Amino acid sequence: MKRIVQLFFAGLLLVLLSACSGVPLRGTGDLGLIVERASGHVTLVNTTSREAYARIGGLGDLSHASVVYSRDARYAFIFGRDGGLTKVDLLEARIVKRIMQSGNAIGGSISQDGRIVVAQNYTPGGIKAFDAETLELLSEVPAEYAPGSFSKVVGLADVPGNKFAYALFDGGEIWVSDFSDPKRPVTKRYPAGLQPYDGLVTPDGRHYLAGLFGEDGIALLDLWQPEKGSRKILEKYGRGEEKLPVFKMPHLRGWSLAAGRVWLPAIGHHEVLIADATTWKETGRVAVKGQPVFVMASPDGRQIWVNFAFPDNGWVQVIDTLTGKIVQTLQPGKAVLHMEFTPRGEAVWLSARDDNRVVIYDTGNFRKLGSLEVDAPSGIFFTNRAARIGF
Amino acid sequence: MSSSRFLYALTAVLLGCMATPGMAELPVARQKELVHLVRQDCGSCHGMTLRGGLGPALLPATLADKPVEGLVATIIGGRPGTPMPPWRRFLVEDEAQWIVERLVAGFPE
Repeated sequence: MKRIVQLFFAGLLLVLLSACSGVPLRGTGDLGLIVERASGHVTLVNTTSREAYARIGGLGDLSHASVVYSRDARYAFIFGRDGGLTKVDLLEARIVKRIMQSGNAIGGSISQDGRIVVAQNYTPGGIKAFDAETLELLSEVPAEYAPGSFSKVVGLADVPGNKFAYALFDGGEIWVSDFSDPKRPVTKRYPAGLQPYDGLVTPDGRHYLAGLFGEDGIALLDLWQPEKGSRKILEKYGRGEEKLPVFKMPHLRGWSLAAGRVWLPAIGHHEVLIADATTWKETGRVAVKGQPVFVMASPDGRQIWVNFAFPDNGWVQVIDTLTGKIVQTLQPGKAVLHMEFTPRGEAVWLSARDDNRVVIYDTGNFRKLGSLEVDAPSGIFFTNRAARIGF
Repeated sequence: MSSSRFLYALTAVLLGCMATPGMAELPVARQKELVHLVRQDCGSCHGMTLRGGLGPALLPATLADKPVEGLVATIIGGRPGTPMPPWRRFLVEDEAQWIVERLVAGFPE
């Protein structure tokens, strides 16, 4: 009896506490944020109500900002172009901590155990590891690929074992750094090819792919058998044809594995390349409206959504992965920079930078579900990224 | 005779104007478009604040020792072996010249 009374009062106390704080308890699974690249703000959004619920400023230059989430999906780590790293609390809608970690950054990732946040930098070229709790610097790996030569780092992705894989644009290599001991990372190097421009890890964390700008092909490393070394796939996909100019570099992060195949942007050709995800041999290609930037598979893998580089960045095309054919061509707005699927993919949010608007589409019937006024929106990041390998 | 001398002088003056930095002028609406193009689309690689990214910084200090003609040629024709594409589909040479002059002086917002 005494125990029941104790439990009753403990419960009452909890209810009173949550009532006093004025903020109802809630999870973060349907929250996310939208980067406003020009104004240094982020808009916090709810994907269930399809509304913005807060706006936070003072984040510096967000012109190529990217975001990863803490393991509890409460905190967003925002990597700004100017080297700023900001930790934002989605529930309290405030900045928890902000540091300047480099001169020029391109993104970041978070470790398997959620304890280490790693930034990838152009200047000075390399990666830096921070404590996810405090943002205190733990260690760094300068991308010195030859004595005195430092490379810009691209395509950073977390992989199992508290490791991070990334590529060196100037160095032409893939590096894998093991942060099992966060203060003493151990790095292994693999050849990639000419000018890797971005990279991705498959959703199972097994294969790291680095797209090459300087040659036709993709570098592939099997992280389950790294001793076998890297190799090239989709070599000479351009078949010697003259390349078209690329007015914006494609981005590889995101799901691009769907229906047992990997879907990748060609460089200098208005095509999406398809390769079998077990043999890595080309199985087809899809002609599209322009130079693909993001080639993103929906969570169920049934659709691939593609946006394009300038001057075709007003278009978005959807490929059906069963038939490999384009099933929809949309014009969501001016300068479509990014897309993000809701966790189970019933809707997709697209940022139309020059319309100052984020547009939401139903992925089933391609009807517009709504839109939000957002100042020069670029990246859209939902909290379900917290649980994904390679983010 | 005097009219041809006048024409000669006028041509010389006009050529002189063209060679003087800061003299390339364009309609205001086009200037606005070019500023947007540089900040947003060149900014994909060079950064919206032009402090550099995959491409080099385009700030007055970093461009100070580079000849204007070379920079104009790079914009129009691109730079093979690097990701810098040719922009001739979207710009004529006078417009590239206008962009370079503004970059060297400090680019408008």
